[in-house]
Amino acid sequence: MTELSRIRNFSIVAHIDHGKSTLADRLIQSTNTVSEREMKEQLLDAMDIERERGITIKANTVRIEYIADDGELYVLNLIDTPGHVDFAYEVSRSMRAVEGSLLVVDSTQGVEAQTLANVYQAIEADHEIVPVLNKIDLPAADCERVAEQIEDVIGIDASDALRVSAKSGIGIKETLEAIVTRLPAPGGDAAAPLKAMLVDSWYDAYLGVVVLIRVMDGVIRKGDRIVMMGTGGKYPVERLGVFRPAMQNVDELGPGEIGFFTASIKQVRDTRVGDTITHEKKGADKPLPGFKPSVPVVFCGLFPVDSAEFEDLRSAIEKLALNDASFSYEMETSAALGFGFRCGFLGLLHLEVIRDRLEREYDIELITTAPSVVYHLFMKDGSQTELHNPADMPDPSIVSHVEEPRIKATIMVPDEYLGDVLKLCQDRRGIQLDLTYAGSRAMVVYDLPLNEVVFDFYDRLKSVTKGYASFDYQMEGYREDNLVKMQILVNDEPVDALSMMVHRDRAEMRGRAMCEKLKDLIPRHMFKIPIQAAIGGKVIARETLSAMRKDVTAKCYGGDATRKKKLLEKQKAGKKKMRQFGKVEIPQEAFISALKMDE
Amino acid sequence: MAELETWQEAGFGLYLHWPFCAAKCPYCDFNSHVTARIDQRAWTEAYLSELRRAAAETPGRILSTVFFGGGTPSLMQPETVAAILDEVRRLWPMVNDPEITLEANPTSVEAGRFAGYAAAGVNRLSMGVQSLHDEDLRRLGRLHSAAEAMAAFDIARAQFSRVSFDLIYARQGQTLDMWRSELSTALDMAVDHLSLYQLTIEPGTAFGDRFAAGRLRDLPDDDIAADMYEVTQELCDAAGLPAYEVSNHARPGSESRHNRIYWRGGDWVGIGPGAHGRLGLGGTRMATETELSPALWLRKVTETGNGETLRHGLGLTETAEEYLMMSLRLTEGTDLGRLARLGHRLDDTRVAELEEMGLLQRAGTRLRCTAQGRLVLNEILRRLMVD
Ligand SMILES: Nc1nc2c(ncn2[C@@H]2O[C@H](COP(=O)(O)OP(=O)(O)OP(=O)(O)O)[C@@H](O)[C@H]2O)c(=O)[nH]1
Ligand SMILES: C[S@@+](CC[C@H](N)C(=O)[O-])C[C@H]1O[C@@H](n2cnc3c(N)ncnc32)[C@H](O)[C@@H]1O
Ligand code: SF4
Ligand SMILES: [Mg+2]
Repeated sequence: MTELSRIRNFSIVAHIDHGKSTLADRLIQSTNTVSEREMKEQLLDAMDIERERGITIKANTVRIEYIADDGELYVLNLIDTPGHVDFAYEVSRSMRAVEGSLLVVDSTQGVEAQTLANVYQAIEADHEIVPVLNKIDLPAADCERVAEQIEDVIGIDASDALRVSAKSGIGIKETLEAIVTRLPAPGGDAAAPLKAMLVDSWYDAYLGVVVLIRVMDGVIRKGDRIVMMGTGGKYPVERLGVFRPAMQNVDELGPGEIGFFTASIKQVRDTRVGDTITHEKKGADKPLPGFKPSVPVVFCGLFPVDSAEFEDLRSAIEKLALNDASFSYEMETSAALGFGFRCGFLGLLHLEVIRDRLEREYDIELITTAPSVVYHLFMKDGSQTELHNPADMPDPSIVSHVEEPRIKATIMVPDEYLGDVLKLCQDRRGIQLDLTYAGSRAMVVYDLPLNEVVFDFYDRLKSVTKGYASFDYQMEGYREDNLVKMQILVNDEPVDALSMMVHRDRAEMRGRAMCEKLKDLIPRHMFKIPIQAAIGGKVIARETLSAMRKDVTAKCYGGDATRKKKLLEKQKAGKKKMRQFGKVEIPQEAFISALKMDE
Repeated sequence: MAELETWQEAGFGLYLHWPFCAAKCPYCDFNSHVTARIDQRAWTEAYLSELRRAAAETPGRILSTVFFGGGTPSLMQPETVAAILDEVRRLWPMVNDPEITLEANPTSVEAGRFAGYAAAGVNRLSMGVQSLHDEDLRRLGRLHSAAEAMAAFDIARAQFSRVSFDLIYARQGQTLDMWRSELSTALDMAVDHLSLYQLTIEPGTAFGDRFAAGRLRDLPDDDIAADMYEVTQELCDAAGLPAYEVSNHARPGSESRHNRIYWRGGDWVGIGPGAHGRLGLGGTRMATETELSPALWLRKVTETGNGETLRHGLGLTETAEEYLMMSLRLTEGTDLGRLARLGHRLDDTRVAELEEMGLLQRAGTRLRCTAQGRLVLNEILRRLMVD
């Protein structure tokens, strides 16, 4: 057990790629927490997908020990957090486990959307914030300007911001001293009944469920019988330890300490993030205030390309869900795509990451349907339901009205692109809430419908601003609007997988774009095929794919027979991969590409 | 009724591949090569040796056709052709009026050898004219002008009773009207046979690469190409040279008997680099292939006495589907009785569907494509092939 005054707990927060994980590397390295041999770049980003994409997805905790200038040994618990908005939930719960934050700002970039979002969260969590200007080794670094921006835009004192190069190790010693001198020690009473906060949990192939905790009061020891106050689960503590960053066993954890335990917990779903852990006997009587659970906001259908792989997909999804409680799934059947799952995600990046993992780690080729959001349906009979899949939209005659989720989006963008950004937001039914300037950067805040954002808003934003804009959002609740289900009919048959909810005013435009796109994506058949977009029974857009007139091999003599026959067989096999829709065969890509709107 | 063997049913021919050309055309994916020097004596010996090997396993079969294909067989010395034909006549009994075809490029140099070929026994010439416009001939990488081709054609007509020529259409920048007038001129020249191919962009050729890079511009789209095909049928029908195969037209009775062996599923011996053959042997239809590379083929034949690299028996379904694929190319279509004898049945509902769409037609024991169906034959075949 460590004396409270010798403990400092902090998270490292920043906008994407501003250097959190690299700074964590230096802190770990300069305190000799791991040997030179074990050291590698972004050491904490251990998942394949993290290393490949160069981003952090899961927050990671490490305990390091540091002998400060005052001659004392301090125990520092650092939590490296993800920068991407989809994983904001990881950041917020990490913050609840610590007393301070290192706010890393790339000194060549300045304050970005997630910088702001993180600061607000840190302030809400009552954190002491230490600004760190990173990447000062780069010629484009402009510490003066960025410090000024921090004061102007964020409103915190940046006069003693640390100047660091996480990459080349400049300012690391100063950072460690600042952690010790500027961040507060945790509070807590070792004699009080045990109160530990469940910060995170995940499944480990060897150990089963591993639970990350922050002890607030009391002491937890190996062998203790504990109870989770929210779920009521009771377990004996089997293994207790800390991350350095490898697991290291300890006998006890006291107030202010962060560590893990295992206790033969079967699945991650048996634990609840934010729950309070106490002793079965002489436990605390009041739990800690919990966290708001994370809720999936983006939904899509995942179907195996090869329908024979449905069971493989089921077991893969179950395995992934074991470790990622933020992702939800339920079985879905589609006339076009067969059996699959409707899955819920924290955002589009989360969706992409899960899909990537299913395809690569489990080797299942997938069709992803249009991402959609959760609508609230208010029926004429006074009942209310959630709509996760546009295909399930009931007949409009029994629906009184529809509410859609709205977000508050913060976009930081260099002046010269502001016009394009405003136009984009306006086109997406946005309502401007705020527009301010900080030097040559503008900060706009928009109220936007989430369904306009899940499509390709982020891609569009990147392209109209050449990548110079940053974007963050928060859910803002539901609002009624004129939303209708648009169906796509191919050869007069509705294709459920292509149904979508759209705003009535944008329906014609969307419908026309979809029909044009599908006309290019569906190969010609022996007959002509009408492609229509319809609302209710009313056709709002129409294209006709003319019949195939020519598909013949001009030259075929004795020597060609083998080769030509193989080619036909290959083409025939290729057709099998298409989805049969009435008499029409629609290739897989059509389902994905049709939904990418390049306006 | 005793069962006929395939060679009796659909003929027995000999295909001989000559793999050299004076230049490589940018659209061509045939096994054709440009070399500085060809040792025609050594090549002659090798062909003769291969002929003897093939004859040894087809004793007593009556040969009805010989085809010198390429490459550019008109680069062969007449003596080489003569030596080969002499040996052929010694090795197999032949029908009374064998069809002996040689493919020729219409340059003046080659035209000079026509008389020699005729003397050697060649009685049909197939000329690669390709286009009647000089500008287009240049784009196609051809070494002859239109006038030169016409002159060669006249020489050929004087030497051979049967002369055919090839044109490639649906070329870059070609319009429907341009093709109509070019084809009319060609039909005025035509004797009794014409091969009219739509330009095919083959992967691995210069055109294929250019096309993939988006640099092969102004190709007619599928709709225009289909219109061109229809115009072709119309003009050829009017001129008395209807199509008897997808791209081949003849006065009735003047069809290429050799090529028809392929389409009717007959037997043929294939010798020379990269040549394929089909032979019914001991009740099994054998597919044969030879070494592709000219140099390796020559060495293999010279050193081991056998140019073959592959030989395997085709299964019944394979045989039947190959027959279907080839025979539906012909106006006369497929003999359903023959399919039945191979134990093969087509899926009735799919046939009915295609009939309903006006793409197939059943007449007695024959199944054939309608004119409209022939243009989408690949789709018909994909639907009729076993899943
Ligand atoms: N030149 C320079 N590059 C740096 C410095 N710190 C980080 N980088 C580089 O910036 C990129 C992003 O660094 P990370 O540490 O992965 O950033 P992060 O904030 O953890 O990113 P996310 O976890 O995805 O939000 C990497 O290519 C680093 O090598 C620095 O001080 N100087
Ligand atoms: C074996 S080739 C060559 C005959 C001869 N060497 C010549 O080029 O004149 C037979 C015919 O196939 C046709 N041909 C070759 N490649 C083609 C292609 N890519 N598209 C259409 N026709 C082609 C040409 O008309 C050619 O005359
Ligand atoms: S088209 Fe004829 S001449 Fe041209 S390369 Fe092919 S075979 Fe040789
Ligand atoms: Mg990181």
